Amino acid sequence: MSRADAIALAYLATIVAFILALRFLSSPKTAPIGNRIGALGMAIAIAATFARGGVHNVWSILIVMLVSAPIGAFAARAVKMTAMPQMVALFNGVGGGAAALVALSDFHEVAPEPGRIKADVGIAIMLSALIGAVSFAGSLVAFGKLQELVSGRPIVYPGQKVVNGALIAGLVALAIVVLAGPQRQALVLALLGGALVFGVLFVLPIGGADMPVVISLLNALTGLAAAATGFVLHENVLIVSGMLVGASGTLLTMLMGRAMNRSLANVLFGAFGQIVAGPAAVADTDGAGVRSTTPDDVAVMLAYAKRVVIVPGYGLAVAQAQHDVRSLADLLEARGVDVSYAIHPVAGRMPGHMNVLLAEANVPYPQLKEMDDANPEFPRTDVALVIGANDVVNPDARSNTGSPIYGMPILNVDQARQVVVLKRSMNPGFAGIENPLFLNPKTVMLFGDAKDSVEKLAASVKNL
Amino acid sequence: MRTSLIIIEVTVLVLAIFVGFEVISKVPTMLHTPLMSGTNAIHGIVLVGAIIVAGLPHQATWIRIVALVAVALGTMNVVGGFVVTDRMLAMFKGRRRPDEQG
Repeated sequence: MSRADAIALAYLATIVAFILALRFLSSPKTAPIGNRIGALGMAIAIAATFARGGVHNVWSILIVMLVSAPIGAFAARAVKMTAMPQMVALFNGVGGGAAALVALSDFHEVAPEPGRIKADVGIAIMLSALIGAVSFAGSLVAFGKLQELVSGRPIVYPGQKVVNGALIAGLVALAIVVLAGPQRQALVLALLGGALVFGVLFVLPIGGADMPVVISLLNALTGLAAAATGFVLHENVLIVSGMLVGASGTLLTMLMGRAMNRSLANVLFGAFGQIVAGPAAVADTDGAGVRSTTPDDVAVMLAYAKRVVIVPGYGLAVAQAQHDVRSLADLLEARGVDVSYAIHPVAGRMPGHMNVLLAEANVPYPQLKEMDDANPEFPRTDVALVIGANDVVNPDARSNTGSPIYGMPILNVDQARQVVVLKRSMNPGFAGIENPLFLNPKTVMLFGDAKDSVEKLAASVKNL
Repeated sequence: MRTSLIIIEVTVLVLAIFVGFEVISKVPTMLHTPLMSGTNAIHGIVLVGAIIVAGLPHQATWIRIVALVAVALGTMNVVGGFVVTDRMLAMFKGRRRPDEQG
C-alpha cells in the first residue's frame, strides 16, 4: 500500500467519524460521545495531512496552529449560553474566511502564467472564493446584529434588490472573465472584495429575529465552500465533510422556515417587521383591556394548580432567568404541582437554543415538551406561564388571516384555564406584531424584568 | 475507458448529500443548536486544505501569509466548534442531579 493510499484511508476514517458524530446526535445520551468521535476524526485528518509528505513550512504552520487553538478554545469556554448564536456565527465566519483564503492561495499555485486553468478546478476555486467570502462577511454582520453592535432592525433602502442582483451578476461575470482569460491576481482580489461587500449587503436588510435562519444558511454555505475547496485540492474528505454540513444546514434552514410558516425567500428578501410595525398596530394595545397583576396573586395561582406549563421565550434568555425559573419549578414540584416546559421550535435565537439554556439550568430534558406534544396538553393545564415569549403564543397566527404571522404554528396557551404573561412592557415583540392573547379575559400580565419577576414569584411561593 | 476524476468526485458529493439529509433528519429539535455548532466544527475540515496550501513550496511571501491566516482561521473554527459543542452537550441531563445551588 502506498503512502497516498494510507492517507486516503485515514481520511476515510475521518469521514466515518463525522457521520457517526451526526448520527449520535439523535439522542442527548449519545450526543456527547458523538462529538468526541468527531473531534477525534478531525485530529486524524490533521495528523494525516502532515504525514502525507510534501508539506513544507511545517514549523510555521504548527506555530500558527498552536497560537490560534487556545484563542478558539478560550472563546468557546468564555461565551455565555445566551450568546451562543453569535458565537456560532463567528466560528462559521472564520471557517468561510479560511475557505476563501485557501482558494486565493491555491489560485496562485494552479494558475499557469500563460493559458487557462482547467475548467473544473477553476470553477471550484471561484466558487470556494465567492461562497467563502460571502459567508465570512455575512456571518460577521449576523454576529454584529445579534451582539447588537449593528441595529437588529432591517436596514433597507430603495432599489436594494436591484443593487444586490447587479452585484451578484457582476461577480459571476468577473469569475467567468478570470476563468476564460487573464489569470490576474488583481481580478481575483476584486472578486473576493466584491463577495465581501455582497455578504454585508445581503445580511444587513434581514431583521434580528430572522438571524437564526440566516446563520443556519451561512453554515450551509461555509460547508459548500469547504466542499468546493475539496474539488480544488482533489480531497474527498473535504468534499464529503463540506457537503454533510451543506446538506444539514439546508435541511435545518428549511425546518426553521416551516416552523415560522415562511419561505426562505420571504426571510431573505421580505425585511420582516417593516410594514407591520405601523402605529395602528400598537394603538389598540395601549393598555385598554389588559389586566395587570402582582407576584403574590400569581404565586397563589401557581401553588394551588395541578398542572403548570412554562412557556419560555427569548425574554427569559435575555434576562438570564433560566436558573430562577428552575428554582421556581422546584418549589412548585415540592408542593405537588405537575410542571413541564413547552418549547416552540424557534424559541430563543436559534432552533433548540431554549433547550440548551434550560439544560444549562439543570432542567431534565424529559420535562421539556416539543410543540406537537405540548399542544394537546394545554386544555388540561391550569396555568400557562409565558415568560418573555410573544409571537410564538400569538393566537392571530391561527385565526387572523390578515396577520403577518398567520399560519405559523404556535403554542396554544390560550386553551389553558388561565394564562400568566411575564413581560417587560406592552411594547410589541421583536417582530413588532400585535398580540390579542394579552387582551384575552383569561390572561393576566405581570410586568417587569423576567428574572426579577420570577425571583419575586419564587419568594412568594415560598411564603405561602 | 476510465472515469474521469471529476465524475468520481461528483459521485462522492451527491452521495454525501443523501447521507447528510438522512442522518440530520433523525436529530430531534431539542438538539438543533448543538447540531448547528457541531456541523460548524465539521466544516473546519477546511483546515486540512489550509495546511496543504500553506505547505506548498516556492510561494510568494504574501501568498504564504494568506495561507497561514487561513490555517489560523481554520484552527479557531475547529477547536472553538468542538469545544463549544462539547460544553453544550454536557448540560443535557436525563435525571435531576443533586442540587448544587442549595
